[in-house]
Amino acid sequence: MESILVGLIILLSVIVLVQLLRVNELISEVKNEDPNEITEKDNNTQGILTFLIVGVLFLAFVLWQFKYWGIHILPPASSLHGATIDTLMNVTLGLIIFVFFLTHPVLAWFSLKYRGLKNSAAYYYPHNNKLEVIWTVVPTLVLTPLIIYGLNVWNDITNADTTNSKVIELYAKQFNWTARYAGEDNSLGKANYKLVKGLNELGVDMEDENAEDDIITREVHLVVDQPVLLKMRSQDVIHSAFLPHFRVQMNCVPGMTTQFGFTPTQTTAEMKEQEGEDFEFVLLCNKICGAAHYNMKMKFIVESQEEYDTWMASQKTLKNTLTLN
Amino acid sequence: MSEHHKETFLTKYIFSLDHKMIAKQFLITGMFMGVVGMTMSILFRLQLSNPGESFAVLEFFLGEKWAPGGVLDPNMYLSLVTMHGTILVFWVLTAGLTGTFANFLIPLQIGARDMASGFMNMLSYWFFFAATLVLMYSLFVESGPAAAGWTIYPPLSALPQAIPGSGLGQDLWLIAITLFVVSSLLGGLNYIVTILNLRTKGMSMSRLPLTIWALLIVAILGVLSFPVLLSCALLLIFDRSFGTSFYLSDIIINGEALHNTGGSPILFEHLFWFLGHPEVYIILLPALGIVSEVISVNSRKPIFGYKAMVGALIVIAFLSFVVWGHHMFITGMDPFLGSVFTFTTLLIAIPSAVKVFNYLATLWRANIRFTPAMLFAIAFVSTFITGGLTGLILGDSALDINIHDTYFVVGHFHIVMGVSAIYGMLAGVYHWFPKMYGRMMNKKLGYFHFWVTFISAYGVFFPMHFLGLAGLPRRYYTNSAFPMFDGLTDINEVITFFAIIGGLVQLLFIFNFFYSIFKGTKASENPWKSNTLEWTTPVERIHGNWPGEIPSVERWPYDYSKPGADEDFIPQNVPLKEGETEH
Repeated sequence: MESILVGLIILLSVIVLVQLLRVNELISEVKNEDPNEITEKDNNTQGILTFLIVGVLFLAFVLWQFKYWGIHILPPASSLHGATIDTLMNVTLGLIIFVFFLTHPVLAWFSLKYRGLKNSAAYYYPHNNKLEVIWTVVPTLVLTPLIIYGLNVWNDITNADTTNSKVIELYAKQFNWTARYAGEDNSLGKANYKLVKGLNELGVDMEDENAEDDIITREVHLVVDQPVLLKMRSQDVIHSAFLPHFRVQMNCVPGMTTQFGFTPTQTTAEMKEQEGEDFEFVLLCNKICGAAHYNMKMKFIVESQEEYDTWMASQKTLKNTLTLN
Repeated sequence: MSEHHKETFLTKYIFSLDHKMIAKQFLITGMFMGVVGMTMSILFRLQLSNPGESFAVLEFFLGEKWAPGGVLDPNMYLSLVTMHGTILVFWVLTAGLTGTFANFLIPLQIGARDMASGFMNMLSYWFFFAATLVLMYSLFVESGPAAAGWTIYPPLSALPQAIPGSGLGQDLWLIAITLFVVSSLLGGLNYIVTILNLRTKGMSMSRLPLTIWALLIVAILGVLSFPVLLSCALLLIFDRSFGTSFYLSDIIINGEALHNTGGSPILFEHLFWFLGHPEVYIILLPALGIVSEVISVNSRKPIFGYKAMVGALIVIAFLSFVVWGHHMFITGMDPFLGSVFTFTTLLIAIPSAVKVFNYLATLWRANIRFTPAMLFAIAFVSTFITGGLTGLILGDSALDINIHDTYFVVGHFHIVMGVSAIYGMLAGVYHWFPKMYGRMMNKKLGYFHFWVTFISAYGVFFPMHFLGLAGLPRRYYTNSAFPMFDGLTDINEVITFFAIIGGLVQLLFIFNFFYSIFKGTKASENPWKSNTLEWTTPVERIHGNWPGEIPSVERWPYDYSKPGADEDFIPQNVPLKEGETEH
């Protein structure tokens, strides 16, 4: 019944539209003009509209969004390298906002100023090599330092010295995360997907002596200002380990190990003071991985060395976990 | 000699060899797919702004299985996202855009009676049609259509146990895309051969309209990159059905350890994006061509810097082959490669900037006639600037770390590639409609359509940058699982509101289109006072295009408002006056 009604309404609106168009055309016929010819009046109206909507309304909407939605932008990075990304981001954003607010008013102004009115004529101006060289060279000159700057930041992040970093493995599967600390020896035991069985849910090879002191956890605790090296694996499909507050992201790919090193610079407690009581550092999955992709998360806690030691002392090593049961 | 001959309904409208009819077939199929893809986006937008709420419209379209009680199922959400992307990228913006305008414009603008091979051209459409049927059929299979994202990264797309959409739905997706590639290659080869060999007397390469330059480069890009997609898809079919391990290694799914070892999903990503990135320009370049033409005609001025425009197209096309890795900065690819791809990617900003400044210079001291097509062309310049600029952020590997796969990316590519290309396509339809159907589209509906589209497109996609900067990942069924995203509800509501408005107004465009085919006011031969050759053909459209001799070309296509001329345009077939120099 409802769908019949909806169908009828659609049919009626089409008929109404057709009739409106016919009336419009008949009126034009009486006035002896072509209803679809673009007149000077059209040029005038549309030129002014272009100026108002493209040049004023749209730009005002953009500014409005920065004012009211800018607060949702992530707080400054809570990691060492993250701060360099933020600076690069601000420089780039500054540049593109400048170019955006330079070109749009020009586009809108030309549309208004050069709208075709009575007696107006266009200026035959097919090319000007000097101008074209200028607007090839200027973007090149602006881009060159930006590219070099970006590459430097990227190289610093990806080639960071990780010899003193605490090693933690992030293990992804549909639809949760598991962490494995490398333990006292700071060296992860080997793993093989064929060994995944029962409590050994990460497939750690217990024959490897590095594995004995590994510790498996459901949340990650980090010591503030201490470098960590995250090593990622996946059990089934591609996942992506995304820690937006630290400016960290790396895909977890079945069949290989990926990694990302960083140093947290703010504790969870400090962030709670700054951002509100509900604040938590959180690990998200950022590569489409299945039905519950949107709900795949793990808590990260950054704390002082003492707090960390207390927590770590309460964790069981893998050897203990697997043999006690 | 005219190729006009007596035709039956079947040979004229269905198995037509006439490039103009084939163009219309591509256009109407593309419009149909556009409505399907757009409807899907509105369905999942309802879930994103009102997660978990019941909507009768969801149940109406998806039924009790995929929207129980009117609430969207998470698997169907992913299917809708996947199919929306697939349909818009391939069916609408590749076949619908290039298929329409390459077929329609190439013979008409270069002065040829038809394509080099009319039969191959017809085959190209019918392969596309078959691909469409297979893809549409996949919407109705028990386990649902493909759901691994339009980029179908394995293992998710390879394992039916990982997501229901990776069952039969994914098989059909792969078959559809295979047929699609065949269609695209048949078309592309034809376009290249036609442009190189069938130009009329006097139509040198330096007198080609920019539309043809763009379409030529697009065809070359397609012929070089689509076969890679084909091999990429074939290997996935092998992994799915024949137990090979090209992309699979060390996988446990549903508690079962698979035998596959040694494969790499990264290989898939390389193959996919080797097509995938040129594909972005396959979508964008025809729009750039159309916009250049429309802006010049309606500015009543030559396009500024014709040679620079052609050069920029060529540079962009070349660079598009060496930037695919910017989709893979954080996949575990060697960071050094990341540096190389950052460098090549950011270089694209230079030819893009040249194009924008040349458009602005064309508008300077113009005499603008605001047709609906011209408005869409101006809007294209705006979205090309807006979306292009955010590319400077995404192309920079260090910045990509934190916004990769967030809504920032969704905002960026929808504006620069989606909306821009749609604007180019709509500009093309409004501009060439009189030549396609011999009638005019309704002007007032056109204006209304344009302004509502312009406002809602920015209303949908600009706010997405803020979602992305807040860290919100794309392809999330809902953001309610993370308290950090709780404040984003109002942005999501604004986006959905504009998506619905923007979607509805497209129906008005479709109404205008079909109304005008039958009832529009009669068009004259050259209603826009344009220079290019298609406007020298008669209003009655015949197979063979010109009833008599094909006109020969005496000048470039952009002699608008040339000093010393009687009118503000000089068609390409008008000989140079004594003492007149060619631009």
